[in-house]
Amino acid sequence: MSLSEYFELLFTDYTLRTITLGTAVLGAICGMLGSFAVLRKQSLLGDAISHAALPGIAIAFLITGTKDANVLLLGALVSGLIGTFWIRGMTTKTHLKSDTALGLVLSLFFGFGMLLLTFIQKQPNANQAGLDKYLFGQAATLVEKDVQLMVIVTGVCLFVLLLFWKEFKMLLFDADYTMTLGFNTKFIDILITFFIVLAIVLGLQTVGVVLMSAMLLAPAAAARQWTNSLGIMVFLAAIFGAFSGVLGTAISASQNNLSTGPVIVLVAAVFVLVSFIFSPGRGLLFRELRFRRNRRDLQLKKTLQFMYGIAKTHENISHPHAIRILNNFQGFTKTSLRALEEKEWIELDKQLWSMTDKGFDAAQDLYNQQANND
Amino acid sequence: MIDRKLAVSVDDLTVAYNYKPVLWDIDLQIPEGVLMAIVGPNGAGKSTLIKAILGIIKPIAGSIAIYNKPYKKQRKLVAYVPQKGSVDWDFPTTALDVVMMGTYGSLGWIKRPGQKEKKASLEALEKVGMLSFKNRQISQLSGGQQQRVFLARALVQDASIYFMDEPFQGVDATTEIAIINILKELRKAGKTVIVVHHDLQTVPEYFDWVTFLNVKKIATGPVKDIFNDDNLTKTYGINYKVAVNK
Ligand SMILES: Nc1ncnc2c1ncn2[C@@H]1O[C@H](COP(=O)(O)OP(=O)(O)O)[C@@H](O)[C@H]1O
Ligand SMILES: [Mg+2]
Repeated sequence: MSLSEYFELLFTDYTLRTITLGTAVLGAICGMLGSFAVLRKQSLLGDAISHAALPGIAIAFLITGTKDANVLLLGALVSGLIGTFWIRGMTTKTHLKSDTALGLVLSLFFGFGMLLLTFIQKQPNANQAGLDKYLFGQAATLVEKDVQLMVIVTGVCLFVLLLFWKEFKMLLFDADYTMTLGFNTKFIDILITFFIVLAIVLGLQTVGVVLMSAMLLAPAAAARQWTNSLGIMVFLAAIFGAFSGVLGTAISASQNNLSTGPVIVLVAAVFVLVSFIFSPGRGLLFRELRFRRNRRDLQLKKTLQFMYGIAKTHENISHPHAIRILNNFQGFTKTSLRALEEKEWIELDKQLWSMTDKGFDAAQDLYNQQANND
Repeated sequence: MIDRKLAVSVDDLTVAYNYKPVLWDIDLQIPEGVLMAIVGPNGAGKSTLIKAILGIIKPIAGSIAIYNKPYKKQRKLVAYVPQKGSVDWDFPTTALDVVMMGTYGSLGWIKRPGQKEKKASLEALEKVGMLSFKNRQISQLSGGQQQRVFLARALVQDASIYFMDEPFQGVDATTEIAIINILKELRKAGKTVIVVHHDLQTVPEYFDWVTFLNVKKIATGPVKDIFNDDNLTKTYGINYKVAVNK
């Protein structure tokens, strides 16, 4: 099936539509909440939480014996939250640095989860197969009920986000200050973290434990490149996330059912790559161009200033001077002289240059600017 | 002096990070209406003292009163300018947005700032000479401009007591003068201003009250009475005669 066939099918095929809608909504909620994780420099937290959720899935299965996604995800939610609170506890109550605590919880919970999965697989029970899909996710197993849950959670999350927008924003920027104004920063913090855990758990079925944190971080990291406003960043991250979901599903469905989760994450990674290179404000490309232009400008101004030094000693500022006398000055080339002429700052006549009135004024402005900056 | 009202009163305050005491048994009375410098070497606990007074850090012992009541009941009387380096200036927001945060305390939970808050914030920006930068992304401000934005955020709180942690750090001479003039204006309006300060040379010129701190409180009182070599030596552990009178 080609990509265009896929998009045609989207309107007729119920299953495909469900899956696409699911991955889109998932991408959107992950993007929104990922913005907060990125801005709090808590990139590792998502990784730790998603790995911490694994034993919960296994235990939920062992207790109930069902493979109903909602039951298993409830288990994931519980163990994800336990992991998160362990991390918080460890960093606030002991000397451990937060990355140590994150690493510890991640490996401890994940190791335990893998142990349980192996144990379950060894059981002589026909029902056990398929739990390992939570490792790398399997979007194809999404059913309408799952998507409904995602939509509801996303709606609630959006509502809470709008309700506490000013509190969230201030906490992200300056937690100490927020506290002095009388806000319960612990409550705000727990609220954000709770929704991050919720988003991660929702994504486990689709993207899986291992790649979930990329789903959380990539759209947000990409969005950060394009804007300097928190609101727009969250919005863009949601859009990027949703697009990653849709495109990833489309590509994986049209290419012999490549595993959906990894493809979605790869698409999100492309968003990141493109944003880091091409975004106008912060992107590498434009930064390099700006840098070069500034350097060129600076060189021109240096030359102009040197000329100004010579010209102002003469009564007639446009008195011609030999280009030769610039020789002991490093900052000029034939091109830069021509650039100066283009700006009508100087006039060139064979081996001579002379400053124009415009050039004289520009040089004087430069002088004053420098004096003001000091 | 004795019958002046006390703005801040700290009793037997002890603070520790991970069991290492950073402030030891501090008693400190700050009278209303002073412009006070807190001086002491790096790591002396100056920032910690302010954070403990503002309830950001829980002390292991001692009590703190703002006009005779706990901070929790008086926080609308208090404004805070944190150390500039304590936040990430690459955060996606504008100068005006940061200043508006100063109004969030009186707004309380959930309520959004409206025209009234915006107007007050713009006035504060004007007072610190930053009105034309109101829509500037904060990462694109110079160090001195960022400091002014922080000051404006505190001004908009319209408090009675101002705590400022190194407001002169990394600012140029023009900004330093602009800031000190604002502080002096605050004092003239009867406010109490407490400033962590590093430049010992300017203490007598800028401040009328001073506290020497190095884990313990060394001395506190009027600059003209206690700002001397003896206290400086006790606080910094080396002979300061040369340094200050050079
Ligand atoms: N969050 C923290 N955790 C552990 N130690 C800290 C923390 N903050 C400050 N300290 C330590 O407490 C001491 C006092 O710090 P601080 O109050 O920032 O000093 P000052 O502001 O006078 O330079 C220093 O030794 C510092 O290393
Ligand atoms: Mg400090």
